[in-house]
Amino acid sequence: MASKPRTLYEKIWADHVVERRADGTCLIYIDRHLVHEVTSPQAFAGLRAAGRPVRRPDLTLAVPDHNLPTTARVDAAGHALPIADPASAGQLAALRANVAEFGVPYIDALDARQGIVHVVGPEQGFTLPGTTLVCGDSHTSAHGALGALAFGIGTSEVEHVLATQTLLLAPSKTLEIRVDGSLGFGVSPKDVVLAIIGRIGAAGGTGYVIEFTGEVIRAMSIEGRLTVSNMSIEGGARSGLIAPDETTFDYIKGRPLAPAGEAWDRAVAYWRTLPTDAGAVYDKSVVLHATDIAPSLTWGTSPEDVVAITGAIPDPESFADASKRVAAQKSLDYMGLAAGTAMQDIAIEHVFIGSCTNSRIEDLRAAAAVVKGRHVADRIRQALVVPGSGLVKLQAEKEGLDRIFTEAGFEWREPGCSMCLAMNPDKVPAGERCASTSNRNFVGRQGPGARTHLLSPAMAAAAAVTGRLTDVRELMSADA
Amino acid sequence: MEPVRQVEGRAYPWGAKNIDTDIIIPAHWLKTTTREGLGKGAFETVRAQPGNVFDDPRYAGAPVLIAGDNFGCGSSREHAAWALADLGVRAVIAPSFSDIFSGNAFKNGIVPVVLPQEAIDRLVEVARDSEVTVDLETMTVTTPFQDRFPFALDPFRRQCLLEGLDEIGMTLAKDTEISKYESGVASSRPWIAVGAGNEGTIVTGAGRT
Ligand code: SF4
Repeated sequence: MASKPRTLYEKIWADHVVERRADGTCLIYIDRHLVHEVTSPQAFAGLRAAGRPVRRPDLTLAVPDHNLPTTARVDAAGHALPIADPASAGQLAALRANVAEFGVPYIDALDARQGIVHVVGPEQGFTLPGTTLVCGDSHTSAHGALGALAFGIGTSEVEHVLATQTLLLAPSKTLEIRVDGSLGFGVSPKDVVLAIIGRIGAAGGTGYVIEFTGEVIRAMSIEGRLTVSNMSIEGGARSGLIAPDETTFDYIKGRPLAPAGEAWDRAVAYWRTLPTDAGAVYDKSVVLHATDIAPSLTWGTSPEDVVAITGAIPDPESFADASKRVAAQKSLDYMGLAAGTAMQDIAIEHVFIGSCTNSRIEDLRAAAAVVKGRHVADRIRQALVVPGSGLVKLQAEKEGLDRIFTEAGFEWREPGCSMCLAMNPDKVPAGERCASTSNRNFVGRQGPGARTHLLSPAMAAAAAVTGRLTDVRELMSADA
Repeated sequence: MEPVRQVEGRAYPWGAKNIDTDIIIPAHWLKTTTREGLGKGAFETVRAQPGNVFDDPRYAGAPVLIAGDNFGCGSSREHAAWALADLGVRAVIAPSFSDIFSGNAFKNGIVPVVLPQEAIDRLVEVARDSEVTVDLETMTVTTPFQDRFPFALDPFRRQCLLEGLDEIGMTLAKDTEISKYESGVASSRPWIAVGAGNEGTIVTGAGRT
């Protein structure tokens, strides 16, 4: 029986339609819902006001991450330390009260499994291929790395999912981003996704669901794929899928919330049917070649402002688009940079290794490999390493990575969003410059007036030890 | 939600492009547990600059905001829509919007109106001294000078705005269909139950990175 070839996205969509309306929008069933403290209080309040229960608490998982300070959470006697900012404390208390009232599974701040929602979901086996997964956070796209149709939603939608376990959605167009070849020495998944965004632009994926394909993506570990899918939203796409394969199944198998036994076998049989069929058509395709991708970083205040570390700040006048010329000049003014400056001549004061983009164990290993036997440069005011979850932290400590970092002059923190978004005490002071493994370099993102350069964990580590933006390959070849 | 048929009045003649949600409402305002009161933090970094449109008395309390391409890009924070609503904005006119922001806007009774750049340029000019009208019945933006720019809206969303419908209530009316879907999945994809076949093995602190 020959049916029309379909993309991964079309297959997941079709299997989640509860009801299709005449105009093509569908009521879509949501299999997995992650909840955190910042975008949920108003949703729970809405339920309470309308007297509505949570329809499927069993498909929901709550964990605090954005607001939590990353300093010690318990005192020497093991008692929980209070949170200084009353507003943050209030939001965290609201989450605890709401999950208790509505019966939602919850991982507390003091639990070893606590972490950034997008690190915890895959790590616990909550995120599965072929599922629909949502969270009130735009980087939910990360979970697409395991073949889940995952996207960020607003608080009204959080309330809608809590009450109905569904969302009313219009189908998206599909955008294939294929990365051919194999990555050069010192080039990481972060460099790949930065190169992609540099190519398609910050709005290039608006209205599309991306599917990342090609040898480079296939060869990546799940952790690398999570980094790529995570930043789909920085290219304007709400979701960034990667077809599940043996790498995916090996990663998920045996995780606490993953299926097991007979359920596992049935799940894998189904997951194998999901990859895009030969002959299926994407609405648009973009092809990149691995040979063109160098260790990269951003120079401006949009994630699309990407340049190779060997490059220089572009001249705003060089942009064909008039509005981009104006935006580039504004970016450079904010960043305190001048056109033509070599990227490697830019000195920094802060380093942040963390965030849902790059805080998993492989990220910490990559950074530690560069840091080992070296010391943070004198001019660095603060260098933070913030593991993405308590389990990542424990694993890193088992491997001795924490000592490599602390002996080099880094601070080793408790898991959370930290300096990614200037919402907890970790901030970059105005006018100071940060080499950051996070995902947004927007004006004020890491603190009012803070200047952000997005880069990979290894590149951040290299910048920390030299005190300026640095081609990590130079330090890596010195190691060999 | 209050029905929205027409948004009429002064408009902030801004026109700025790529306004992300960190500009609309910086992250440190997101620690609230209510939807109200965020107008104070709206465009905080913009308002720190002298001569900005938001503190210009001519536009105080304007119900319309005119912006450039890619308005509302960035995070999914609905606080951006709440902040605009609290500021008194009921319609934003721009050449394009981020998907998440426009969804959030609708849900809070703010009309995201997409018009071509030429129309934006004209409206920015007009709005300096005159009022602008966004009409959901006729689906046009008009000015006192015979300008008439038609726009399109998703019919369902338009109906929700016009009638002030509660989307959750409407979906809950589909309870039978949702339950039917759920029982279908329980037999065809039983592993969708979290930890299927793995019950009882969940230990605090267990797991791997
Ligand atoms: S680490 Fe940053 S991007 Fe990721 S969920 Fe937290 S705040 Fe959002």
